[in-house]
Amino acid sequence: METGFTFANTLAALLTIGIISFLWKDNLLYKICEALFVGVSAGYWFVILYYQNLLPKLFDNLGITQIFGGDPGEPGALQVLFNEGRADSRLLYIFAGILGIMLLMRLLPNIGWIARWPIAFTVGTTAGLYFVSYFHSNAMAQLESSIIPFTSFNNIIIVVGTVTGLIYFYFSAERKGVLGGVANVGIWFLMITFGAMFGYTVMSRMSLLIGRFDFIFATWLGLV
Amino acid sequence: MRREIPLILTAFVGFTYILQFFIPHAPFNQLDRMLNEWIQVIAAFAIWLGALNLMKVSLNKVSRQSENWPFALITIFGFLLTVIVGLFLSGGRGYQSPGTGFDYIYRNIYAPLSSTMFATLAFYVGSASYRAFRARTKEATMLLLAAFFVMLGRVPIGDYITAFLPKGYRLSDFATWIMNYPQTAGYRAIMIGIALGIVSMSLRIILGIERSHLGGEE
Repeated sequence: METGFTFANTLAALLTIGIISFLWKDNLLYKICEALFVGVSAGYWFVILYYQNLLPKLFDNLGITQIFGGDPGEPGALQVLFNEGRADSRLLYIFAGILGIMLLMRLLPNIGWIARWPIAFTVGTTAGLYFVSYFHSNAMAQLESSIIPFTSFNNIIIVVGTVTGLIYFYFSAERKGVLGGVANVGIWFLMITFGAMFGYTVMSRMSLLIGRFDFIFATWLGLV
Repeated sequence: MRREIPLILTAFVGFTYILQFFIPHAPFNQLDRMLNEWIQVIAAFAIWLGALNLMKVSLNKVSRQSENWPFALITIFGFLLTVIVGLFLSGGRGYQSPGTGFDYIYRNIYAPLSSTMFATLAFYVGSASYRAFRARTKEATMLLLAAFFVMLGRVPIGDYITAFLPKGYRLSDFATWIMNYPQTAGYRAIMIGIALGIVSMSLRIILGIERSHLGGEE
């Protein structure tokens, strides 16, 4: 990265200072940076999703890119249909396009209900996918890794922590007697987990902050 | 019809995914591949819907000159600038290559704004921890100690103040041990709980018992 007072560095530094200034109080510079961030983020993902999903998966497969003079390397389903007279399986992508356009109907209040179809499709797909993948990779795989012999102190910690933590999430019986005691041990393990995860998160945020200060003081101002 | 067809659609695609896991042969494996591609197209339209809705709300704000409307104008400007540069002025499919207008916006506007936004969270997390970490109970004390040792073990000063101890017993080693064993055990219990919750919720959705995603009656 170029160092010093270039236009690009100054712009990036002013935007960084603008966001950090919120720590002092809500001010005009922060509000400008925040509004710009919202707009640029929306635009950024708009462009990314167009090039990474819509263009290769919808427009190239159907042949819409080729109609507008683009060259993705092979004829699309529409070219195959009209030039060779056969139906390519990629023609089915038209349904994905129709569902996508139906989703955009949400913007029109009178026919917004049409968006329920693609929403139902997305929710159904996600539910089906998660039903299988979470059960397989999270529940079963985690259980498999937790059933280990008591040959070391660390193994005992893993087994006891997992089992007591799971018992804490068992809400179908009153927490008293042995169940209450075991659930309490589970709470201790969960507290250690939350504390460790919190510490880890703080450190990752701090490293981002150090990165921004490094940019301002080393790259932009050249003081370090 | 406005609710029945979406319910049937949800059940059909949901069962298709479950079936392809147990029967990974034609036509289920082909259906699975196709649905995966379709969902990516619909996801792109969903992001577009969000962005266009943001523009609709912002344009309404500007046209009515409601409170803080100049900031809505900045949002519109940021969106249009990024979209026009990304779609029309950055060389098509090579839009992310170094030196393109889109890359310039990413490196000098988007990246500084997003990383600073997340970095400032460190301060809010810090002030939240001040309230949460008061060691009033045994459980809160364990939370406090685990966070304290992990944070201290991740920076050089942690090992510096325990330099008198033999290697393998210093603060960084203790932090690693916390992450590898007690933290892993608790995390596994949470992950198994989440997985069981997701499995039961997925089944409710596929069977049409859970219908909140379809919204209210219209």
